[in-house]
Amino acid sequence: MYVCRFAAKYKDDESMSVKLFLVTVVVVLSLAGCANLGVEPWQRSVLAKPEMQLISDPLSAGLDDHIYFSKEASSGGRGFAGGGCGCN
Amino acid sequence: MKPKKIRHALTAATCGLLGVNSSDSLGEEGDWSFDSAVLYYSEVDRVTAVEPVISATRDFGEERALNLKFVFDTLSGASANGATPSDQPQTFTRPSGKGAYTAAAEETPLDDTFRDNRFALSSQWEQPINRDYKTAFGINFSTEYDYSSLSANANLSRDFNKRNTTLNTGLSLAYDTVNPEGNIPIGLSSMIIDNGQANYRSEFNATREDSEENKDILDLIFGLTQVIDRKTIMQVSYSFSDVSGYLTDPFKIVSVVGDDGRPLEYRYEQRPDARQKQSLYWQVKRQFETDILDLSYRYFWDDWGITSHTIDLRYRWILDGRHYLEPHIRYYDQSEADFYRRFLIQGESLPDHVSADYRLGNMQALTVGMRYGMALRNEQELSLRLEYYLQSNDNTESVIPGILNDVELYPDVEAIIVQLGFKF
Repeated sequence: MYVCRFAAKYKDDESMSVKLFLVTVVVVLSLAGCANLGVEPWQRSVLAKPEMQLISDPLSAGLDDHIYFSKEASSGGRGFAGGGCGCN
Repeated sequence: MKPKKIRHALTAATCGLLGVNSSDSLGEEGDWSFDSAVLYYSEVDRVTAVEPVISATRDFGEERALNLKFVFDTLSGASANGATPSDQPQTFTRPSGKGAYTAAAEETPLDDTFRDNRFALSSQWEQPINRDYKTAFGINFSTEYDYSSLSANANLSRDFNKRNTTLNTGLSLAYDTVNPEGNIPIGLSSMIIDNGQANYRSEFNATREDSEENKDILDLIFGLTQVIDRKTIMQVSYSFSDVSGYLTDPFKIVSVVGDDGRPLEYRYEQRPDARQKQSLYWQVKRQFETDILDLSYRYFWDDWGITSHTIDLRYRWILDGRHYLEPHIRYYDQSEADFYRRFLIQGESLPDHVSADYRLGNMQALTVGMRYGMALRNEQELSLRLEYYLQSNDNTESVIPGILNDVELYPDVEAIIVQLGFKF
């Protein structure tokens, strides 16, 4: 697992290790808890709509990411933090 | 031209670029779908960008798909160079060393040199391995006058629980190159101003080193998507980004001021040559009757001392079957980088790293806007987005000398965003 490899690589940085541990716990617990959630395949009519996709408009999302990457110090989250511009 | 003809023309153009024959390989008409937009971004008195983009997707069946995206930016206007305003006009050397630009008394110094075009091309291929595992691979390339970037990414996802739970992991590697006109300034060196001295050019050249610098970017993302019920889906993800190389902005400077607050010299900024960024992201999407709520939160932190919170809320208000309005609000709050300084005071020892780029300072930003969408025939959609963006910075300097108390050290940045979109 990448998480474990990174936890090992940055084991000197305690805060990072703690955060990574918490993330791992949340993911594992979520996965266990998630078994009780969800719908049957024939109940997906709403979820299958294009406007219900998590990124329903990839073009706008890409343009927004480019604006905020250029104008703020944070990036990434819903996708790769990326780069790719000199950005004034 | 009718949409069907446009689609035919674009299909032929796309195939031409791919080097394939459209009549042989594309199968039935309608296999390609297109999404296009033109973005207009304009800051008051500063940068203006116009950005047309077109994305073409071909569904090859069995969840295999190819996406190609072309983006073209034109940028013009002025950008804050980092120097403080003064009660006197100020003169700065252009990055190329050829000529100068001035800032009037009490005005935020803006470098109006830059004008750029950027072209970006990205491609993505989705390929399932079996019923539960899917992969995606992408390549991105972008180039502008003094900057180029090449990246490749790979994603793997695994479905569980009747496809109600999806785990995904992604890796992206990028290599960026910057080669500004006038070469790379030596970090922390003093800007040479041309006052008519005979040896100006050699003095300027002494502040320059290499003609180009690079940076490597490694991005990792781990995500969990969960269907909650028939109308609700949720996602959490963790991202890690490791950037190393030249992370300084070669166009930014820092004022060194005297006890009276007036500038004595300007130093080229210098940032660390490595940065590790991390973020936790959560998003939920829920349909109420017909309307759709989209809410997300991101917590971001890095080893430059920056932490930030981003909250984004959209509500798609369905007016009838064909029209919708989507109000949008986004709030962003960031703490400053450890080496951010609005100015340096003469006599203090020069730090190893310093930047006065307001984008690394304590900042809050608000975006408010509205989108209108209209469904047309044949699954086509027209949309118009109008947004207002406001950035405000806070002071964190403990001592503000002399005249700097009477000038605007932290001006707000305001921008409007207009986007026209057409899916066909």
